[in-house]
Amino acid sequence: MEEYKVELTVNGEKISSLAKPEESLLKFLRRNGFTEVKCGCEKGECGTCTVIINKKTVKSCIMLALQASGKEILTAKGVEKQELGRKLQESFVNTGAIQCGFCTPGIIVTAKNYLDQNPVPDREEIKKAISGNLCRCTGYKKIVDAIYDVAVENQK
Amino acid sequence: MSEFKVVGKPMPRDDAWAKVRGELKYADDFSLPGMLYAKVLRSKYPAAKIISIDTSKAKQLEGVRAVLTAKDVPHNETVTRFGQSSEVGKGFEGLYRVLADKKVRFMGEAVALVAADTEEIAEEALDLIVVEYEPLPGVFDPVEAMKPGAYLVGENGTNIIGDFGCSQGDIKKGFAEADIIIEDAYQVSFVDHAYLETEGGISWIDDYGVINIRVGSQVIEHFRDVADVLGLPHNKVRYIGTMMGGGFGGKEDITVETYLALLTWKTKKPVRLVYTREESILCHSKRHPFVMKYRVGAKKDGKLVVLDAELISDAGAYPYLSPWVTLYATVNAAGPYCIPNVRVKSYCVLTNNTFTSANRGFGVPQPNVVYESLIDEFARKFNIDPLEIRRINCLTTGKALSTTGQVFKTHVALPEVAEKAWAALGEPAECPDGNKKIGRGLAIGLMSYGRMTFLHDSSRSYVKLESDGSVLIRSGIPDLGGGQVSMLCQIVAEELGIPMSRIKIYYSDTALTPLAGTTTATRQTYMSGNATLKAAREIRKQVINKAAELLNVNPDKLDLVDEKVVVKYNRSEFLPLIQAIKACNNAGVELFCEAQFNAPFTITPDLSNIRGMTFPDFTFGAQAVEVAVDTETGQVEVLKLTTCYDVGKAINPLSVEGQMEGGSIYGMGYALTEEVIMEKGITITPSFAEYIIPTAADVPDVKAILVESGGGLGPYGAKGIGEPSCSIIAPAILNAIYDAVGIRIKSLPATPEKIIRALKKDYFKK
Repeated sequence: MEEYKVELTVNGEKISSLAKPEESLLKFLRRNGFTEVKCGCEKGECGTCTVIINKKTVKSCIMLALQASGKEILTAKGVEKQELGRKLQESFVNTGAIQCGFCTPGIIVTAKNYLDQNPVPDREEIKKAISGNLCRCTGYKKIVDAIYDVAVENQK
Repeated sequence: MSEFKVVGKPMPRDDAWAKVRGELKYADDFSLPGMLYAKVLRSKYPAAKIISIDTSKAKQLEGVRAVLTAKDVPHNETVTRFGQSSEVGKGFEGLYRVLADKKVRFMGEAVALVAADTEEIAEEALDLIVVEYEPLPGVFDPVEAMKPGAYLVGENGTNIIGDFGCSQGDIKKGFAEADIIIEDAYQVSFVDHAYLETEGGISWIDDYGVINIRVGSQVIEHFRDVADVLGLPHNKVRYIGTMMGGGFGGKEDITVETYLALLTWKTKKPVRLVYTREESILCHSKRHPFVMKYRVGAKKDGKLVVLDAELISDAGAYPYLSPWVTLYATVNAAGPYCIPNVRVKSYCVLTNNTFTSANRGFGVPQPNVVYESLIDEFARKFNIDPLEIRRINCLTTGKALSTTGQVFKTHVALPEVAEKAWAALGEPAECPDGNKKIGRGLAIGLMSYGRMTFLHDSSRSYVKLESDGSVLIRSGIPDLGGGQVSMLCQIVAEELGIPMSRIKIYYSDTALTPLAGTTTATRQTYMSGNATLKAAREIRKQVINKAAELLNVNPDKLDLVDEKVVVKYNRSEFLPLIQAIKACNNAGVELFCEAQFNAPFTITPDLSNIRGMTFPDFTFGAQAVEVAVDTETGQVEVLKLTTCYDVGKAINPLSVEGQMEGGSIYGMGYALTEEVIMEKGITITPSFAEYIIPTAADVPDVKAILVESGGGLGPYGAKGIGEPSCSIIAPAILNAIYDAVGIRIKSLPATPEKIIRALKKDYFKK
């Protein structure tokens, strides 16, 4: 099948690669070494593949690589380069919000984008904001704790 | 040890930073040059004869490197083991086939394997394999499957593959004495593990002809089983276990490994295979549905006097670990109660449903649903408080399990945990609006940690103190996300008086790490924790003895703290650890140790009447909830959830709380939403859109209360918590629903449909 050129920016790095029209952004990213974007369902249901495009969280498994051409994409590794991202990482580590860790990069991405736009949410709002990211290990309590702690710090 | 320095402190796990930064390489995050992509052709029918398989067209497709069917597998019929070194026999080693041969027994059973240059070519090749089936009637209900003349799933004359019992006292006498008898039947559903990382791995042949398999597995001892399938010596297959993206028992049986090994062996190339979510739900093991009939009698004062239970578990299409799971259910059938007259009979039955095997709780959550619902009914009939009726009947230290008579020599934290969980609910919530009714429920339970004692379990661990004062640990321990690996680091840091950052651990590799046994049965803190403690203490002893010579004090007076050998009670007098190490090295004193820890060994019991010790010890816990039930929609919202367990000693309280919080929500899904629905063997819930696990928006903030009696058999008195944590919550929720709206749900999950049907019986009759 014919392949098309996809040029996009991931975490500030320019990526150029050929892609088949049906290739998802998730597969494209993982193929290009961004394995922090996880594959949990490929149906947009679990949130492990969440990335940020234009200040919006996107489940990269249900966007085509070609649709993302020309766009700036932020993964968990990109989020880490910003202060809020680093704070979230530290908070996740210290509160014990990480068990198997497979959902973690997706949730950090979602939390970062949410807090950028809603710096001082309450716990219930945080729960709604991350409800598109499944976690099977933690029961969510410590994840909400981790995000809430950063939000409280934002208030100061 | 007077005062803990590292153990018992809530601390970030050793693996946390790699995970939060997205740097940890899971099974699917690793690739090799020139690797092939594997796909599995799966049966379309739950029961059918295979008339023929034509792979010729698939083989001709460009880019296809191998197409394998049953005839290509050297030893296609094999048995499931879970790492035990002793042979138990008696039907426990469950037969299964690597690839279906002549007959398919469940929808999704593997029929053929393909390896190709790309995933797309492999998928295309699957479509080119022509399988001619002759559909067979099949049997899909374990009760039907037990009847004479039922369709036979396997080749033996019966579908019953396990048949267990235990009894004490005289149930006839018990029923005669009882003032009230309740008789009821309960059913629980198929459950998927729903780990976010599906089953996957990669394999290759190394320079020495060894098949290497890098895979997420709870049981790296399966290298032996894979070697047996290929007819290779065991030392020609190596497992490199990755950190898992969740396991919950679903990565306890072999998943992709045999397929990978076969394809790599055939093609001599690296091969990768990762299941899709749909494949994971359709084709891999599930938690057992049970049909449970109970007849229980109690005296007016609330004292239970008799329990008669029949448990039937649906093993699905192949035995796998079903007999073991059913045995666990049998031993746990009377729960943590003292009942003088008990009879339990259980059966494990093949059907043409997807096979069932280990799932967090391993046969314990199922009977717990029944006995905790029934005791709630007794409490209501006698007008006794739910906590009080449990106080009256629960086991205490020195008492014996009512099924097997195993005596509890270690601390039994009942009714303490129940009192704490119940009290922690606090003041009742205000009714949110007119249609919603508030209710509360309590449940208690017990679950073993460590494997059945007749399996003769052991774990080994290696610890080495390097010349610069850093430490190397080697342990075969697999980590499924619970913090198993980090727990070992903490124990060594404690014993050797060094910070966690000075420790490097190699884990889960059959070539490099001593085998630690499986990360199953809630056994790793107990087993590998003790093995590692033993190794660390041996090194500690050597260092202290040498330092005692140099400091000219009695070794009893010394401790290892902050990388120093210090004189207790006068810490200004010390020898830097590094100097003690140098002195040891100069004197040729060994600063490494590989230690083995053995669990208590017993002989295989009479399975028709199991008596005495079957498990090393048990963990006791209680959970309580407050729910709001919407009487118009049947929707249940869990408003509060408290969980209290005697964990013995929390090595890392953050990890223990994590298990208790996560386990509660795992169990909440079981109670309310989760069900793999099979219609005549066809799964109709193959994605997270149909198989509903709780999201952050569905859960209360779980309140975890840790009781630390120090009474466990693990390091520093620790008990296991992984599986016990999820095994009690479902009946607490059912009891709360009853408390709210007066209806008793007797089949899981308690969906809005079931609740509304029960609430509006009159309407649905019309």
